[in-house]
Amino acid sequence: MALEEKHSILQTRNLAVGYSKKGDNLIIADRINFSIKKGELVGLVGANGIGKSTLLRTLTGMQAALKGDVFLNGKNISDYSAFQLATRLSVVLTEAPASKNLSVLELVSLGRQPYTNWMGSLSEADKKAIQAALEATEIATLANRKCFELSDGQMQRVAIARALAQDTPLIILDEPTTHLDIYHRAYILKLLKKLASETQKTILFSTHEIDLAIQLTDKILVMAKNETYFDDPCKLIEAGRFDTLFPKETIDFDGKTGRFKIKS
Amino acid sequence: MQVSQTYRLQFAVLFVALLAAFLMNLGMGSVSIPLDQIISVFIGNGASKETWRYIIFDYRLPKALTAMLAGGGLAVSGLLMQTLFRNPLAGPFVLGLSSGASLGVAILILGASAFGGFFGTLLLSQWSLVIASALGSFLVLLAVLAVTFRIKDTMAILIIGLMFGSVTTAVVSVLSYFSNAEQLQQYIFWSFGSLGNQSWQGVLILTICFLAGLALSFFSSKSLNALLLGENYAKSMGLHLKRTTFIIILATSILAGSITAFVGPIAFVGLAVPHLVRQFFKTSNHFVLLPAVLLCGSLLLLICDTVAQLPFSEFTLPINAITSLVGAPVVIWLLVRKRKIFF
Repeated sequence: MALEEKHSILQTRNLAVGYSKKGDNLIIADRINFSIKKGELVGLVGANGIGKSTLLRTLTGMQAALKGDVFLNGKNISDYSAFQLATRLSVVLTEAPASKNLSVLELVSLGRQPYTNWMGSLSEADKKAIQAALEATEIATLANRKCFELSDGQMQRVAIARALAQDTPLIILDEPTTHLDIYHRAYILKLLKKLASETQKTILFSTHEIDLAIQLTDKILVMAKNETYFDDPCKLIEAGRFDTLFPKETIDFDGKTGRFKIKS
Repeated sequence: MQVSQTYRLQFAVLFVALLAAFLMNLGMGSVSIPLDQIISVFIGNGASKETWRYIIFDYRLPKALTAMLAGGGLAVSGLLMQTLFRNPLAGPFVLGLSSGASLGVAILILGASAFGGFFGTLLLSQWSLVIASALGSFLVLLAVLAVTFRIKDTMAILIIGLMFGSVTTAVVSVLSYFSNAEQLQQYIFWSFGSLGNQSWQGVLILTICFLAGLALSFFSSKSLNALLLGENYAKSMGLHLKRTTFIIILATSILAGSITAFVGPIAFVGLAVPHLVRQFFKTSNHFVLLPAVLLCGSLLLLICDTVAQLPFSEFTLPINAITSLVGAPVVIWLLVRKRKIFF
């Protein structure tokens, strides 16, 4: 256990997530146990409303855990200050930036805020990190465009570039492929795969693209009704973990192809 | 934030325009004073007429400085509120500050008869208006800050600020209902706003408040930029949201509260100037926007004051009406021409 904790970047122990209202706990998902290692690409799948976003908010420290613990680099996440957390963990959220009047370069460079002084002035190292983030997401040519001029696919790459500029060992993305066409969905997931294997960043993302996730990820976290499973995609298929995700009379999982099929 | 371009030209134009408007403001009025005479007075050579020197130093200079401080301060606090609430309709008074000030002044003027006699006259000196207005703003500020500490949602703070405003307005209505015509007139004159009749002491106190509020605003620029991405992103980049919200509201209250205390509730500048500046600067970076909004606000109120003096005539129009009369068409024209609001 101690050895495992050493290698793991993000780990949970008997975690329960949900909302607390006047002392009454409304638990959405319970008994969540997993351990993500450095450089792994992990997908989080599950039906709408099962608690994927709630789990991600708890993992990023935006929301307190109802029970159990979240460990980041072996230290409980509630022991980090917001500022310390900002250099260890960056996020890509489903919400669009409040102002779309920012240029791509301005938005991406905001990712350097944890490292800059009160004036926000950028050092050479900051500029290098921003340039690298722009190149990794192939948006260097868009640098001076305003965000309101961009397509959804481009905007998503900008959001990922901002997280990259924040230069954290762990990136957590909430549904990065929603609203994108099939090409951009594949593009974004391949980009995440490349980032994880080349830069040894640990990446956790929630998605509804279960078939794409099965093909690309190292591990998948499956949130089912009463249980959460964490394993290699192939082992999850063998164990039939995807079969019970959705009502069988409408949609059925085919273990051989790793796809869902609509029942006629 | 990495700036995509520099804005030297825009800032140079603003500076020159501000200087021109400043000199024009000093020169124009019921008595017009030529430019060379103004410069002569400033370098200490005196003017060809002694009354001109007196008019400039004791009347027009404090008024011009007040106009610049008030215009700049209101515009900056408008920008702070628009970014904090991510709402283009927000202005310096969304949190009910001007309503609080109105309540203070209304209680003073409309309630003065209740105190009666000598005490009533004492209450109505110039400083008592300033103090009543500041106290009113301060009470609303305390209420809003108390709410800020209890509530997480910034939008809820906005609504609560509006509610405070409604309550104070209602109390003013009740007070007005029981007042006589003379008192009502006095109250309404206050609500028109007035940049003139400032003593140098008043200008000094206003300057101190202005600098304090401005310093807080500049120190918040980095946090304001982070807020452009939304609260959750800002927090993920290490921003201490509650502290930042507190500082931004405090800065706005100091700026808008002190200005309202000295010149009355001047509308429009705080709401419109940030939009004007965004149209010309096409950026949301607060390290650029904040100084630009400051200069542009000063410029706009100086021009409005010059217009309100109705040069070559004996009359002075209420400044509060002129800001909207001059400013609103400009904003409408800009929005129609560009067909897009940058926010």
